[in-house]
Amino acid sequence: MRLAVKIGKIKIGKLKTGGMLSRSVGGNIILFTLLALLGAFMVLPLIFVINNAFKPINEILRFPPRFFVRNPTLKNFTDLHYLLSETWVPLSRYLFNTIFITVIGTGGHVIIASMAAYPLAKRNFPGRNILFNMVVLSLMFSSTVTQVSNYMTMSWLGMLDTHWAVIIPAIGSSLGLYLMKQFMEQIPNSLLEAAEIDGCSEMRIFWSIVMPNVKPAWLTLIIFSFQGLWSAGGAAGSIYIYSEHLKTVDYALNQVLAGGLIRTGPSMAAALFMISIPIITFIITQSNVIETMTTSGMKE
Amino acid sequence: MNLKKNTVQEETMPSTLKTDFSLKWGKVLKSRTFYMMMAPYFIIFTVFTVVPVLLSILVSFTDFNMLEFPEWVGWKNYARLLVQDDVFKIAVKNTLVFAVITGPISYFACFGLAWVINELPPRVRTFATLVFYAPSLSGSAYVVWKLLFSGDAYGFINAFLMKFRLTLEPIIWLKDPDYIMPIIIIVQLWLSLGTSFLSFIAGLQNLDPALFEAAAIDGIKNRWQELWYITLPSIKPQLMFGAVMQITSSFSVAEVSVQLAGFPSVQYAGHTIMTHLMDYGTIRYEIGYASAIATILFAIMVLCNVVVQKLLGKVGE
Repeated sequence: MRLAVKIGKIKIGKLKTGGMLSRSVGGNIILFTLLALLGAFMVLPLIFVINNAFKPINEILRFPPRFFVRNPTLKNFTDLHYLLSETWVPLSRYLFNTIFITVIGTGGHVIIASMAAYPLAKRNFPGRNILFNMVVLSLMFSSTVTQVSNYMTMSWLGMLDTHWAVIIPAIGSSLGLYLMKQFMEQIPNSLLEAAEIDGCSEMRIFWSIVMPNVKPAWLTLIIFSFQGLWSAGGAAGSIYIYSEHLKTVDYALNQVLAGGLIRTGPSMAAALFMISIPIITFIITQSNVIETMTTSGMKE
Repeated sequence: MNLKKNTVQEETMPSTLKTDFSLKWGKVLKSRTFYMMMAPYFIIFTVFTVVPVLLSILVSFTDFNMLEFPEWVGWKNYARLLVQDDVFKIAVKNTLVFAVITGPISYFACFGLAWVINELPPRVRTFATLVFYAPSLSGSAYVVWKLLFSGDAYGFINAFLMKFRLTLEPIIWLKDPDYIMPIIIIVQLWLSLGTSFLSFIAGLQNLDPALFEAAAIDGIKNRWQELWYITLPSIKPQLMFGAVMQITSSFSVAEVSVQLAGFPSVQYAGHTIMTHLMDYGTIRYEIGYASAIATILFAIMVLCNVVVQKLLGKVGE
């Protein structure tokens, strides 16, 4: 929370904006105080999760509950480590499964969806509008009822009980294509024409001109896709994957930690572990979004 | 070469139709690189999205319990849904209230915050984005709200109210139909800085600074003019994307309601179209009926999207 207040202070001192116009100092103070307060409000549960992971069991179960940890301990983590070391399938296997699904799913989605988004955004051909509208409309159809037919398709394709049952639908999800297409629309045509005159193939234009110019878009898409697969890999996995050695780490954690009150401590540590990886990914990609584009905007 | 081949083939056709067809076919052939590029995505998309959606719409006209083969019943599911199902009426009312309140507020909040954050120094920017995106990142951490709104005297909010004598006895927040709705709205708003927020941030990052310099020379006087005439029109694609994401999320409130108010909630106070759908789809296994619900929800969202995209078209004019 203190950090959030800090933003306000830094900001008031020095104003360096993207635009040419600036606000009054008074306006800045009000604006950034509001921002800091709102930020504190937003980040509260995250801090709660972090605090809980370091609470000894008597503090976790304390009633009335207390927000901040008094006597921080690493016992939850060592307990979690101990619990996981005796699982039948080694933890490393679960971890591998999650990482495999997340990395292949995210990478595949970003590349394949971008490749399809480029012609939709910048080229004219028969069927373009229909294809694009289908993607946008599909975002609005609830996935609860489509699961039944997806299950049948999976079984027909022989993908049940493999990681591909989670990975392939994620690669073809609608969100990425829509996002990439919207960003690619903004690339100036002159940039593409120049490449055409140079005799670049469409694939080449896509890879070495379009993609570098929409770096913020695919970095953002990496976050969305990674986040979804990292935690929901297990949700989809619980439907399509039966073999123990193919299950994901969130499933394994749930199994181990469902052991009642006494495992509350380790489960808090597990919760922190599960959100820490997406947070690290977020920080890496997001700082890249910002770093690349402050030096060069999309120029004609 | 391909064009020539086609004209030869179609010489027997009537002349207008022939030129029309060969022109079109020529375009298709010329664009085959594009179709090749799109093929991997659209094959997967068709198999796992288009076909299931179409099948669901088809199933909505049947009686299907996942065990027996679906039986065609025509509009019966829809008739039952719209005429007999009183709980569905509550669900529609609640969903519309959620959507009308959380949709626009969170949409403007997403943009407003992205706009303000975009002007922070780069290093602080990542941190600020993380802070505001934290609710979306922290998974199911929103159960922390359950502690805040806990119904006994130890719940944070009850404790606070009682300490200052604003209330004499604890309020059972999550079991009182009067409070369930506002609480779900607050939590939903808190959760809503997600996909659209990040895409706005990325969109603003992508803008050419020269655009603003030129605008300043052209006589843009203040921030609001800059926002309306330069910034907003420049990130229109992202605004449209954000609108669709916001529509889908604000019309399909379910998870928050189930976690906080329980399922079913007291007097269906937190019941939405989505929870109604989950009820029939995953508990009662009346897939035909659930598909009809999904189709109606889909229709509502599409309609809303048409209106919103029209409004967005006016931005910057």
